[in-house]
Amino acid sequence: MNALENRPSLRAAEVGAVRGVGKRYGKFTAVDEVSFSLRAHAVYGLLGRNGAGKSTLMRMLAGHAQPTTGSVAVFGENPFENDEVTRRICFAAENQVYPDAFRIKDVLAAARLLYPDWDQAYADDLVEVFDLPVDRRIGKLSRGMRSAVGIVTGLASRAPLTMFDEPYLGLDATARQLFYGRLIADYAENPRTILLSTHLIDEVSGLLEHVLVIDRGRLVIDEEAEALRGRAISVSGPTDTVEKFTYAMTRLHEEQLMGRSRVTVLGDADDPQHARVLGLDVESVSLQDLVVKSAMTGERR
Amino acid sequence: MDEGRPIFLQIAEQLENAIVDGSLAEGAQAPSTTELAAFHRINPATAGKGVNQLVSDGILQKRRGIGMFVAEGARGVLMERRRHAFAEQFVVPLVSEARKLGFDAEELKNMIDKSGQGVTQEGKR
Repeated sequence: MNALENRPSLRAAEVGAVRGVGKRYGKFTAVDEVSFSLRAHAVYGLLGRNGAGKSTLMRMLAGHAQPTTGSVAVFGENPFENDEVTRRICFAAENQVYPDAFRIKDVLAAARLLYPDWDQAYADDLVEVFDLPVDRRIGKLSRGMRSAVGIVTGLASRAPLTMFDEPYLGLDATARQLFYGRLIADYAENPRTILLSTHLIDEVSGLLEHVLVIDRGRLVIDEEAEALRGRAISVSGPTDTVEKFTYAMTRLHEEQLMGRSRVTVLGDADDPQHARVLGLDVESVSLQDLVVKSAMTGERR
Repeated sequence: MDEGRPIFLQIAEQLENAIVDGSLAEGAQAPSTTELAAFHRINPATAGKGVNQLVSDGILQKRRGIGMFVAEGARGVLMERRRHAFAEQFVVPLVSEARKLGFDAEELKNMIDKSGQGVTQEGKR
């Protein structure tokens, strides 16, 4: 039994609300008219290419930046320079800046003061798991160690909204698996809202309950991970049959070779059966594929 | 895990397989949602959805405060369900591929008889 199942009322509550948010830097539009909600006790994946706007969105949710248009609310309030709200948010940023003289243990001591739900015993345990030299200055750490410091802070903060921005840079496959394992185990014991941005989609896709895909500043997919797995299929066969079958569907990607087409669509649960009746081949599509294909097509929807 | 299919369905299938092949006996305790989540590195809610599907099918029974147990008669129910699906899942594709390759019915029967030697004995259980 995990604690999630016992608290149905909390699951439904809204933790974050992003409404029509845009962020411009001069003439560059980093985020364009994005709206979505984050509910309590769920793991979200924020997926997309480099420069798609993932970090910018996270910075706005963390209260580190203000939107140019639209509004961001976390726990019902604007998080920007709002201590009451930001104490309940932990943002493990990709390029976290620390004071020059800070050693790892200073970072963890500061985090302990900052986050009301901080678990020191758990932090100590994680420091050991990731083999971190607590007396070493942050400036002297390898990229992987810096990432591990972010992971320890993010997990031990137990913040009701915890965000990890590409938390694995410089970590090898073993250390990444350690992180995923610890994340799942701790999340089962201490449910909270987790937003994880990543390129390594295959590695984390099982962890995600909800998927947000952002492409060139715009939100292109906002859906439950399991529903996406069920709906995303790739259909191939003679081009005219494929065209007829996929005509009215949300088409994410298409390829043609020698009179044959392969089209990736978001369909309904019974579409695979219909496609097979028409003699078409149906393949399932992984989240990784789906994200890559949505980002390759340009305009959708 | 097959990345393209809903994970909760795969969790349910794995549990069913274990019950059918006897590695998870009737009356035995099934793994908890947390154990399944940790083992497969999947979200506990997803694992829970797979387990709950078997609960609503009557395959698993929830004992409050203790965990999930395989219901009496669960194996028979699952075997019966799979027997029903056998023709569509296995025989139809077999015949369709055999036709593509130009085997006639006699040849196909011979092949089945040949690979079925040994199964006939076991199948009588």
